[in-house]
Amino acid sequence: MAWQRIEDGSDAVPVRLVVEGRPVQARAGDTVAAAMLAVGVAVFRETPVSGAPRAPLCMMGVCFDCLVEVDGRPNVQACMTPVAEGMQICLQHGARRPEGA
Amino acid sequence: MTFTHDLIVIGAGPAGLAAAATGADLGLRTLLLDEQPRAGGQIYRNVTVATRRLHGLLGADYSRGGSLAESVVVTGAEVRHDTLVWDVSPDLVVTGSRGGQSFQVRAPQLVVATGAMERASPLPGWTLPGVLNAGAAQIALKSGGLVPEGRVVVTGAGPLLLLVACQLLEAGVELAGLVETAPAANRRTALRHLPAALHAPSYFAKGLRMIVRLRRAGVPWYTGATELEVTGTDRATGLAFDVGGRRLHLAANTVLLHHGVIPNTQLSRLLRVDHRWSNSQLAWHVVADEFGQTSLSGLRVAGDGVAIAGARAAEAGGALAALGAAHSIGRLSPTERDRLAAPHQKVLRGECAVRPFLDALYRPPPYILAPADETIVCRCEEVSAGRIREMARLGCQGPNQTKFFSRCGMGPCQGRVCGNIVTQLLAAELAKPPHAVGAYRIRAPIKPIPVGSLANLQEMADSVVAKPHESTMAKSSE
Ligand code: FES
Repeated sequence: MAWQRIEDGSDAVPVRLVVEGRPVQARAGDTVAAAMLAVGVAVFRETPVSGAPRAPLCMMGVCFDCLVEVDGRPNVQACMTPVAEGMQICLQHGARRPEGA
Repeated sequence: MTFTHDLIVIGAGPAGLAAAATGADLGLRTLLLDEQPRAGGQIYRNVTVATRRLHGLLGADYSRGGSLAESVVVTGAEVRHDTLVWDVSPDLVVTGSRGGQSFQVRAPQLVVATGAMERASPLPGWTLPGVLNAGAAQIALKSGGLVPEGRVVVTGAGPLLLLVACQLLEAGVELAGLVETAPAANRRTALRHLPAALHAPSYFAKGLRMIVRLRRAGVPWYTGATELEVTGTDRATGLAFDVGGRRLHLAANTVLLHHGVIPNTQLSRLLRVDHRWSNSQLAWHVVADEFGQTSLSGLRVAGDGVAIAGARAAEAGGALAALGAAHSIGRLSPTERDRLAAPHQKVLRGECAVRPFLDALYRPPPYILAPADETIVCRCEEVSAGRIREMARLGCQGPNQTKFFSRCGMGPCQGRVCGNIVTQLLAAELAKPPHAVGAYRIRAPIKPIPVGSLANLQEMADSVVAKPHESTMAKSSE
């Protein structure tokens, strides 16, 4: 189930992202993790050990359960990364890939 | 490396903001480094740009951060946001990365103000999507006006649990239940600390207001819950627990956990300064004097990164650390320092008076501190509590050995989440005090950094060798 925006009177400009090939809209000032929760992404990654599904626990850079691939760069902390226009986000499945692989 | 600044502060929460403002105000060439895009830390996250509606919803305690952030701006201190500090050497060279580019800075005085993080709440099912820390929900609210859709259960122990519950309620969230885990026996021990705590009556007034708010809203409220389990296979479907001899299940789309906060000691651990185990806060504290000076000369710590005392205390601690720094480099006489320190010390004393009461009242239940064998403790490598106990029986004497043999703490979070619990599990199993068991050794980089930014650092080092004049960025006070 998606997270929803409250009526907070924000005038932040919309930002367009692509999540797993799907064009979605976020808000300037969002982190990638917040933007993903807002459009209903329930599972952010699968663990390398058992393939168990994971999603953000801390939203503050501690747990690393929000690791995603951003513009081709793997293992990015979604909760610590601000959204940017045109950003491409992919989920990571299974084993951690070394950078650039 | 020559000194680029007089004072470097890491972290722009209440302690770091106060340290930077105080230092710059005294004329120190001050640099504030912070990983977030804006000042505030987690407690005042986004405070400078939050809308009126959000300020109203989060309350005056939150809005206070706005003037604190402003106080740094007016001093003209240099501030670099979006900056990850990933190494600090024992001679206080700070290596950071910003926008994929690494850089190094150095000052004779360094204040680490990296704050607190939530204690892990290892329960069966806590790794399921849909389970978050209560603080995480608050962060989503502060930074994006986001709240979980559907039914929400909040569970755990601590003032933040009630605060988050109230704020979510205010934001229109459907609270399916508030499930408190603090054992009833906590109240007896807390009572002993009540007289001292009464010196800070505002806490009780705030607590009472929250309780009234939640009661009025008719939120189902359970206390002394045990045998907690987050239900669901691929994602959380609710929380099951025992209370008053009954087993209950509250269906929910989101389960929020909270068992207090503990100091984030990554940087102080990296620098191997002295830490001590606090039996009242069940966490590592950095050993520091009242001006934040640690066992490494020039390295100071301030705020919740030293010991948990809250935002107001952190602000006072940050100011004190900067005063100590100014005195150390000969910019403030001892009498001046002490005169300027007095009001901050008074605030600190007041804020600390209420802590023993809160720590005792909200001490986490034993099943959080020593989870059942099947419960996963290390989320990254999926290592269970039972496996840690087994390691201890096989002869492992501390977290670094269990890490080597079980991979517990070896994943991307580098033991941030499990460290505190693993220390306590081993201490119990080995029948030793936690300080004898120790903590994970921390190595740089303290967070994974793109390979590119390392290469760029190498280039920088080469250019320093090739062109010594350009590398001398500021006055050489060495
Ligand atoms: S959600 Fe925990 S590190 Fe991003």
